Amino acid sequence: MEYGLDLEYSFNEFLKGFGLSSEIAHIIWLPLPMLLVLVAAVVGVLVTVWLERKISAAAQQRIGPEYAGALGVLQPIADGLKLLVKEDIIPAKADGILFTAGPILVLVPVILSWLIVPFGQNLLISNVGIGIFLWIALSSIQPIGLLMSGYASNNKYSLLGGLRAAAQSISYEIPLALSVLAIVLMTNSLSTVDIVNQQSGAGILSWNIWRQPVGFIVFWICALAECERLPFDLPEAEEELVAGYQTEYAGMKFALFYLGSYINLILSALLVSILYLGGWGFPIPVELIANFLNLPINAPLIQVFTASVGIVMTVLKAYLLVFIAILLRWTTPRVRIDQLLDLGWKFLLPISLANLLITAGLKLAFPQFFGG
Amino acid sequence: MSIAITTQIICFSVLSLVILIGALGVVLLESIVYSAFLLGGVFMSVAGLYLLLNASFVAAAQVLVYVGAVNVLIIFAIMLVNKKEDLKPISDIKSRRIISTSICLTLLSLLIRVDLTNVWSLSSPQNSIGEESTIRIGEHLFSDYLLPFEVASVLLLMAMIGAIVLARRDVMSKDISTGLPVDQELLEKSSEPLLTNKN
Repeated sequence: MEYGLDLEYSFNEFLKGFGLSSEIAHIIWLPLPMLLVLVAAVVGVLVTVWLERKISAAAQQRIGPEYAGALGVLQPIADGLKLLVKEDIIPAKADGILFTAGPILVLVPVILSWLIVPFGQNLLISNVGIGIFLWIALSSIQPIGLLMSGYASNNKYSLLGGLRAAAQSISYEIPLALSVLAIVLMTNSLSTVDIVNQQSGAGILSWNIWRQPVGFIVFWICALAECERLPFDLPEAEEELVAGYQTEYAGMKFALFYLGSYINLILSALLVSILYLGGWGFPIPVELIANFLNLPINAPLIQVFTASVGIVMTVLKAYLLVFIAILLRWTTPRVRIDQLLDLGWKFLLPISLANLLITAGLKLAFPQFFGG
Repeated sequence: MSIAITTQIICFSVLSLVILIGALGVVLLESIVYSAFLLGGVFMSVAGLYLLLNASFVAAAQVLVYVGAVNVLIIFAIMLVNKKEDLKPISDIKSRRIISTSICLTLLSLLIRVDLTNVWSLSSPQNSIGEESTIRIGEHLFSDYLLPFEVASVLLLMAMIGAIVLARRDVMSKDISTGLPVDQELLEKSSEPLLTNKN
């Protein structure tokens, strides 16, 4: 069922109409989706920051930002501009090279992971074969950047924060990967597009959340821990560590950490919606609706319509999860470091292993429900 | 020459340069922290070489295992025993250097011999599998390479048990590094880091 818009093909045909060779058309095409996704990620961060301010205000019975634009929607832009024009300080006793490289190493893998986020059948930068595995591999680079900035700051709080961040992300990566593995087992493929297509059979009923409820919860907890969101924000626990590895950072370098953590949150929410909530799928399959209305599914107008429904659904599901994450942040207390590591190693790891084993058994027993 | 081939050659030369310079830095730099971070850079560039060879799964596995696990743990260990001290001059440094150089040269000549005698070219360009490589690797791991795979996992299990025995001092009555009787009540009592030289 290969349908949906193929913008790359149409764009290349359009340029070839001007007498350009297909290679040059391809080179002109290449930066476009990357730029688009980068812009989408940054706009997503602005929206999330605004939501965070507003929802936290509501949770604490305040009003929140009010005067910058209608309902304070311009507040995140003001925040960003402030960080942009602030002085870039490198502490005198810090290690300049590592201090600068740390935030970059934290941000780049997160942005690279957007490579595999699909908003529709052909609406992603690259449908690489290793798909979701690429994200797991890339997210394992992040602790190096955190350790680097923690060490380079030459500050005890920073070093402790960096070490905590690395320990946390190592321990939560394993249950995360195991719960992804259960999904991959059901899909027979690592590609994110295949994972969504495998859930598109019967609308909301065929979403992975019904077949992998344990995996869904484990994945969501681990994703929150990887994003260092409360209740798992120990690396920057302000009562204990000032601000953890970010203590010595100011200006744009701090903004890179800030951007990185929010882009990571949106990315995790998008991936949860792709892995467990049917990705771009509408709760009722669009083919059914088109058939019901006697509309041809391959007509150009219908394709534009289904593609936009797909984008809206992906973003909607992701922001629903972001909303839950923000609510969790402002209503739950922080766990202690020993509780955090106990939860990761003694609870989530065995549960996700058992989940993988049970999924494998169910796949053999009921191949029609759990992917043959 | 097409654009794709030019891009490949540029990527290859940049990656090889980074690997060579980074590897030299790992060996020659005085600061152990810099060496550890450079080692991560070298691992990343090797993953880039795998990508150029169309082995995307191997590249991602390289990043996950070597950068995400091995290198992070190396840096972690360095930072936990981060103690500034001047290394003592070793007495017979010259003979040690001669021995290590000769061993490295022997290994190098072995690798060069393999490089020269092996037939590298594929019989036909269709033999390159690209995206299907994940499935092929899985098939090989569970058929003709099953024994090495299982032996490797036994090795890892042994290493893990060893690490647990070393870390949990209550298993043994004597401390391995110092030979002193272990204080069973204070397991996290500060003791001399294992890496420091005691004389």
